Amino acid sequence: MNPLSLNQRLASDRFLTDESASHITVDQELARSTGTAERLIAICPAGVYSRAADGSLAVEYAACLECGTCLAVADPGTLTWHYPAGGHGVQFREG
Amino acid sequence: MTEPDFDVIVVGAGLAGGVAAHQLAQAGLSVGLLERGESAGSKNLSGGVFYCRPMEQVFPDFLTQAPIERRIDRNQVCFLNRDSWVALDYADQRLATAGTAVTVLRAKLDAWLAEQCEAAGAVFMPGVRVDQLWLEQGRVVGVTAGSDQLSARVVVAADGVNSFLTRQAGLRQQPALDQLAVGVKAVVALPAAELETRFGLSGDSGQAFALVGDCSEGIGGGGFLYTNRESVSVGLVLRLDDLVRRGARTVEVFERFLAHPFLERYLGEGQIIEYGCHLVNEGGLAMRGQIVHDGLVTVGDAAGLTLNTGLTVRGMDLAVGSAVAAAEAVAEAIAAGDCSQAGLAGYQTRLEASFVGQDLKTYARAPHFLETPELYGAYGQLLADVMFSLFHLDTSPRQRFLATARQALKASPVNLSQVARTAWRGVRSL
Ligand SMILES: Cc1cc2nc3c(=O)[nH]c(=O)nc-3n(C[C@H](O)[C@H](O)[C@H](O)COP(=O)(O)OP(=O)(O)OC[C@H]3O[C@@H](n4cnc5c(N)ncnc54)[C@H](O)[C@@H]3O)c2cc1C
Ligand code: SF4
Repeated sequence: MNPLSLNQRLASDRFLTDESASHITVDQELARSTGTAERLIAICPAGVYSRAADGSLAVEYAACLECGTCLAVADPGTLTWHYPAGGHGVQFREG
Repeated sequence: MTEPDFDVIVVGAGLAGGVAAHQLAQAGLSVGLLERGESAGSKNLSGGVFYCRPMEQVFPDFLTQAPIERRIDRNQVCFLNRDSWVALDYADQRLATAGTAVTVLRAKLDAWLAEQCEAAGAVFMPGVRVDQLWLEQGRVVGVTAGSDQLSARVVVAADGVNSFLTRQAGLRQQPALDQLAVGVKAVVALPAAELETRFGLSGDSGQAFALVGDCSEGIGGGGFLYTNRESVSVGLVLRLDDLVRRGARTVEVFERFLAHPFLERYLGEGQIIEYGCHLVNEGGLAMRGQIVHDGLVTVGDAAGLTLNTGLTVRGMDLAVGSAVAAAEAVAEAIAAGDCSQAGLAGYQTRLEASFVGQDLKTYARAPHFLETPELYGAYGQLLADVMFSLFHLDTSPRQRFLATARQALKASPVNLSQVARTAWRGVRSL
């Protein structure tokens, strides 16, 4: 079947984005030097991580599906990740 | 000591938390059920085949009252290659009658379960993210959420596979990468009549496919295809150590999977109505951490209770089983006035005696067996090559089966002793 583009698939989900704060922060230096940045770009099923024009790791936290995979594979200290505030983030209607 | 806010606080309204809260409220205890999603189930995702007997022991009318999708009476195990597939197709009227496996969608099921908890007297609080366990001298006395603190005699950590609560408190280790897999899933809508025609279903019967091989492009794991009432749950489970080692892009692996020709006749023209991902525990018994502490028990995924046997992924039934065992032990500890680790030890004993503990032991070797790389590549092709020589009658002289198999083996990167070893290990592990 046509898998659609990632953005089209994400558009089928319901998100209640916390506009006031990101639940993901990156230590850019460490992410680069440990190779964590490339790992996160490859592994995130929601495409949250990408390479910004200035070479840093960009984080589109609003698209996060909250699986925790990035945190599991990141080198210690490179990533601060916690669940979004209560009632925010992705809200599955099917599951 | 002042009276705590609740007898028991349950963190997480998934299946484990919901069942624990329900049982404890029914036992007459005051229960707070805290959930970070805007509603119960809104953060939860599974493949969707629920082996529901344990749930029927909690809710005798489960099959008629709960929002279940279909009763699974046909199972297919399929080795998928790029241009071929070899499947074992098993249908059985007895499965339909027994109704031991049903498909579910968690956003619907968990919401129903939270309603049952409220009906039993539990206080359900959605939209509340618990930030920390509240500890006093190493003993859990409640939880912290934002600027609020709630106290309880016992806290039940049912906060799922990531269980930040137990990790932050140093009660549980971060699992190793080969003990975790990421599940990526789409729900594809199809009109019921069309779906029933494509899968050959009638009434509320349903079908489950376990897919191995090329669907995960050789990465340890596999695919699934489960029928719901008016949609299909389709997804991939990919072991994190293998995914990282290969530097594969999850999004692309998933998209190539959805576009696989095998899926076309089932999903073609279907509409994706949801896309999600979630971690799965893959470590089996080895992953079960310490599940009882002073003032705290852990249940379900938070306790590392999942079983992957290669053919079935079981987490939901273990979540229910562990919650039942925990609720009994917690009620007993509160009645006895001892909620220390020793007072709550009955949970461990009950769990080990239950089907959860027994099955975890039986399948203790399965995770190691499932790390056999050939399962996800060479074996599927080997099977297809043997079948090809059997059915591709092109007037070249035929050979007996054994010679055909030997020839296919010769062309394959695996050899006979490897196949024999895998088969032997499989028989001993599964
Ligand atoms: C792709 C995939 C396929 C699977 N297929 C199957 C299958 O076919 N059959 C099967 O039996 N199992 C399957 N599983 C496993 C199954 O989904 C899990 O084992 C099961 O959901 C565990 O239930 P749980 O209640 O322990 O955890 P969860 O369902 O994860 O519930 C945890 C709850 O806690 C809440 N929570 C977490 N942290 C906090 C916090 N800090 N504050 C407040 N609330 C919090 C969450 O929002 C959630 O509601 C699959 C899993 C995946 C990912
Ligand atoms: S939690 Fe999952 S979806 Fe969110 S950024 Fe990490 S890997 Fe991506």
